[in-house]
Amino acid sequence: MAHLLFGTEMTDVTMNTTSAHSDFGDYVALLKPRVMSLVVFTAAVGLIVAPGGMNPVLAFASILFIALGAGASGSLNMWWDADIDRIMKRTQGRPVPSGKVTANNAMLVGLWMSVLSVGMLGLAANWLAAGLLAFTIFFYAVVYSMWLKRSTPQNIVIGGAAGAFPPMVGWAAATGSVSIESVGMFMLIFMWTPPHFWALALFMNEDYSKAGVPMLTVTHGKRATRNHIMAYTILLTPFCIGLAFTSIGGPLYFALSVVLSAMFLQGAFKLYRRAEEDAIADKYAAERKVFRFSLFYLFLLFAALLIETALRAFDLQWTAWPQVF
Amino acid sequence: MTDAEIHARRKKNNVMLGLVLVAFVVLVFSITVAKMMSGANMEAADHVLRPQLIDQ
Repeated sequence: MAHLLFGTEMTDVTMNTTSAHSDFGDYVALLKPRVMSLVVFTAAVGLIVAPGGMNPVLAFASILFIALGAGASGSLNMWWDADIDRIMKRTQGRPVPSGKVTANNAMLVGLWMSVLSVGMLGLAANWLAAGLLAFTIFFYAVVYSMWLKRSTPQNIVIGGAAGAFPPMVGWAAATGSVSIESVGMFMLIFMWTPPHFWALALFMNEDYSKAGVPMLTVTHGKRATRNHIMAYTILLTPFCIGLAFTSIGGPLYFALSVVLSAMFLQGAFKLYRRAEEDAIADKYAAERKVFRFSLFYLFLLFAALLIETALRAFDLQWTAWPQVF
Repeated sequence: MTDAEIHARRKKNNVMLGLVLVAFVVLVFSITVAKMMSGANMEAADHVLRPQLIDQ
């Protein structure tokens, strides 16, 4: 279905008959509100920790339009992936596969919201931020959803860039530039995405396998995925701790990043050492734990950046703290 | 689903959409006010003479 051309998709009668029963909430669900909440949080942190400050109304509007852009790419993703979403248990309840919203409407909502969010962010903040948002939507909808997701087991490694852009867009909205700090926040999310998603793929493998999505667990098996989780968690660590030595870091962020990195490494090592039989026996309890922890990890790190900014605002920073980058 | 239920659902959807549109208007107005207060150039590209475009 998703691979049909725009015009011909209109002729799908079975899909269009369901639109009469769409609720406003179904269209909200089309924007993937849970993903949006993470985007809002990281974009808001990127904007708040940026130097210079921003008018609160313009800051609020910028975060709102970044969130709308994320929603637009979620909607385009649901339009394109309707065929595989229908197969996977985890995604069967989404508005398009469940028949609450037509695939064509999902595409139109996605396209119009993309135009609206990018245009309005350009007017509210600046055109660099708007350009980055446009690129993020393009990257998620076209590069990840249409190209990488179904063609390579490295899909979420490269595709992870889409989720890593929001703090950079927030920073650009506030400063009109890209800097080492915003690239650092980008790299933190970019390197975090593979171990986070592969932990999920370990216990959702059946879904991806049935849908024919070439996740690493499907193409190279769970042993290779466990090795990859370990390797990427090691690679993530310097990016996580390194951010402490930029202008947005500080001792509090440093202490937290060391503790959280040690905990993430310990979790990844546990998955690395684990035999598949043990995982099946306890229904992937350790894998689920690492997946949940990874969400907690990212949230706490970004929260620590916010606290560091608050401390600086009240002149409570440690002036001797080294700023290497 | 009965006609009454369909109408009730449509009414609810229309009210929600209306509220979103009102919120959007308020937001655009607020952005405009915030931009003007921060000294952004509000000169439109109309037929009014703009001195900064005249060669000195």
